[in-house]
Parts: sequence; structure tokens; C-alpha cells
Amino acid sequence: MMIDHPLLGPRDAQEFTYLGDASLIDRPDWQAEDAVDQFHDYLYLRDNPAGEHRELWFHEVGDRSWLVVTRNTLTHQITSVELARDVARSRGRSK
Amino acid sequence: MKYSGLRVIKEALTGHRGWGPAWRDPEPQKSYDYVIIGGGGHGLATAYYLAKHFGKKRIAVLEKGWIGGGNVGRNTTIIRSNYLLDGNEPFYEYSLKLWEGLEQELNYNAMVSQRGILNLYHSDGQRDAFVRRGNAMILNGADAELLDVDQIRARYPFLDFENARFPIKGGLAQHRGGTVRHDAVAWGYARGADSHGVDILQNCEVTGLRIEAGAIRGVETSRGYIGAGKVASCVAGSSSRVMALADIRLPIESHVLQAFVSEGLKPVLPGVITFGAGHFYCSQSDKGGLVFGGDIDGYNSYAQRGNLPTVEDVCESGMALIPALGRARLLRMWGGVMDMSMDGSPIIDRTHIDGLYFNGGWCYGGFKATPASGMCYAHLLATDTPHETATAYRLDRFRRGRMIDEKGVGAQPNLH
Repeated sequence: MMIDHPLLGPRDAQEFTYLGDASLIDRPDWQAEDAVDQFHDYLYLRDNPAGEHRELWFHEVGDRSWLVVTRNTLTHQITSVELARDVARSRGRSK
Repeated sequence: MKYSGLRVIKEALTGHRGWGPAWRDPEPQKSYDYVIIGGGGHGLATAYYLAKHFGKKRIAVLEKGWIGGGNVGRNTTIIRSNYLLDGNEPFYEYSLKLWEGLEQELNYNAMVSQRGILNLYHSDGQRDAFVRRGNAMILNGADAELLDVDQIRARYPFLDFENARFPIKGGLAQHRGGTVRHDAVAWGYARGADSHGVDILQNCEVTGLRIEAGAIRGVETSRGYIGAGKVASCVAGSSSRVMALADIRLPIESHVLQAFVSEGLKPVLPGVITFGAGHFYCSQSDKGGLVFGGDIDGYNSYAQRGNLPTVEDVCESGMALIPALGRARLLRMWGGVMDMSMDGSPIIDRTHIDGLYFNGGWCYGGFKATPASGMCYAHLLATDTPHETATAYRLDRFRRGRMIDEKGVGAQPNLH
């Protein structure tokens, strides 16, 4: 697989390590009333779709940026690549 | 029809006209007491034990394709019970004992071959870990023996013992481990289940689960609606897709695992052997092909094929262990979809929906578990209590902090 890095252009997926579902960006509020339940779901439960999947890849032997890759789990086709930083900021996660 | 040597001779002399189909191809009934989703090894074994050992009637196995067309037909056929943790080892040892009696039980030649499995170690620290594992196995009634280099050389003289980076220091052997003819497992259980009245419905994909007032009522399928008292999902690889029909999210990711077979060679590899410094396992099939595999590719996938970097990685590990492997040509490679759970261990449990049961999360260790998985799942379905060897495989163990993490890597499915 080739991942079209937003800053560096097409890079071999071998340069990256895989973390998992991009929902891991949405870390729950640890002070919430039901934080235990929220963290259980956040840590352990996954949608695991057959089809389009947004997921986190880390450019470990490259520029060490985190990417959100949208990839089809049935075909391995990658349709979009974003910087995880931008995704997180757009959701109000990071300053 | 009972199979026997005498029967083979008789049929050979009469032109093989007396063999019939090994199982029926029935039309779906309006309803069943038990509907098992998934006609793989585990689903067929579940149906068999449910009918045979628990005396239940009106059982159907629903398979979207053909039976044995999923992971039971795509694995590296290894059986073993060399686990460390209390939640696992009794279960896998029970499974190995069931393997030992399987062919007599089913009257079917599954080619169970206890040729032994050998896990190599390459450092003092790894030796200590294997000693501990071996002791845990023995405490649970399994067999284990620590072999030194001379003992290994006698059986496997062609290994790269003096590898500069990963010299072989010894190994942990389980002599009762080995291989089984994978397809024959599915066929044997299918024939056994069918002969006890189980309806095996192929080309019957489940498209919906009918749930009313918190209880299961039946399943929508590509062959129409089928009512059910109890519905048992048994579709490892596609568990999340089926359970999503009941709005249940699972502690599971689907990943692709590749396997490989070389061209047929004369007998060279007497048992199953694993590399301790990379992830590589290899055995020789009865047809002569070297069957081997390594790690999963590492990203979510429902495609039954992987990518080349993993092929390279597996072959590098193989070459580091068996340099002669480089002279063999690769004949076939394929991929299977694994339920990778959050702690690397399986789940056999009820769900919060009355009458809906779940079996999955087998990571890439499901084949060896087939008989015990079937027996334990049948036990759960028949009695609503877990089998004594499967009490730890609860669906809610992550919430309760009762993970069974053999590798100790935490909630990261692609590392198990």
C-alpha cells in the first residue's frame, strides 16, 4: 500500500506503524460522571467496519507525524489522507 | 453410512458406486430451536456436540457460502496446547484431548498427526520464559519437554544453529502437538452433525436479527426468515458485521493473516517448528508442501489477501531459521480474516439479548481450538452455563479488568 502523505507525497506503508480506528482521537472527558463507561468503550470497543475506515497511522521512519488515513478494509484502497493534527484541531481537540 | 477399511475395499471392488453424499442439502424449515450462524469448523463442531452430547433437536447451521470455505480452510493446520495463563491452558489442553479422540468420535479420517511441535529459544531470558510456560502446561495436565541443542540437532540438523544474531539455544517441545487435515475437520463435523439431524443450510447469509423486547426471535436470511429459540453467532473474522445487526459493538478488530505453501518436497520436516526470534511457524503437509506463516499484516482488513511487506518479513524469518527454505519455490499464498480481540484471547459467552450468544475473537489461534470451542459453545447453549474450561472467556471481561493477555501487550489488537 502507498500512503499519500499530505506533506511528503506518496510513501510506502512500510514506513508507517498502525494504531487503529481514528476514533481514538476522541478521548473521553476523564471528569465526566460516566467516565468509566466512556473509557471502557473508548479503549476496548470498535466499529470494525467492512468498507470505509478512518484510521491512525504513524510515520515512524519518516517525519513522525500522525495521519488519519481513510481506507477501504475490503479493497485496501486509500481515498484520503489528512494530518491527524488537523483532524484533531477541527474537532476542538488540540490548541 | 459407516466408513471403514472393509468398506473401502468393497467399494473398490464394485466400482465405487455405493458412496453417497456425506450430508444432506435440506430446505430451511420455518423455525429451529437453535440457529448457529457460521458453517466453519467451530459452528459445525458446535452443532455436532449440541446434537450428539447434549441431545438437542431442531438445530440449523447457516453458512453464507459453502461449509469450510472460511478460516477452517485457510489456516496452517497446527494443533497444540502450549499456553501459559490459567484462563487459556485448561481450555486448549481439553481441545487437544478432543483432537486425540476426534477420528474415532466422528468415524472420519481427519489425519490427526501428533508429530510434535517445537518452539525454539535463542536467549537465556527466553529459555526462562519457556521453562515457566512448560511448567504451567504440565500443571494443567499437558506435556512439555525442554530440549537442548544436541537433541534438536538430532531431529532438525538443517536449522541455522550458529546464526550470528539469533543462535538456537534450545527449545520447548510438546510431543502431543501436531497437525490435522483442516478441510476434513469441517467435513467430519458436518457429516457427524447431519447424521444427528442437524440441518446444514449453505448459501444462506444472515442479513438481519429479529429482536423483540430484548429477546431474539429469529434471523432474516437470503433464504427467507427463520424463527429461532436461540441464535449463536460463530463467524470469527466477520463477528463485528454479524453482531452489528444486533447493535452490539465488540472488543474486536478484523485483520488479515497470510499463509504460504511451497512446492511438494520429499519428507524433510518431521514436526512443527517455530522460530523464537521472529514470528515464523512451519510444518510439512502430507503432500510434501512446506506450510508456513508469520504475523498478521497489522491493519484492519476484510480482504482475504495481504500485502508484500509481510511476505518479505515472513520469508526473512524463515530463511533465518531454515536457510534451505530459500531453495524451495513458493507454490501458493493466501490470506484469512481474523477476529483480533483486545487481549488476544477468545470470547464464548451470552450477550445482553436473551437467546443471542457469541463465539469469536479467536485471533489466529482458532483452528486448534475447534473441538473445545464447539463443545464449550454447545455446553453454553444447552445449559446456559459456561463449560468449566471456558469460564474466563467472558464478553464483559474488559469492563471487569479480567483480561487474558498471553503476550502482555495491552488493548492493541494488531500486537497480539
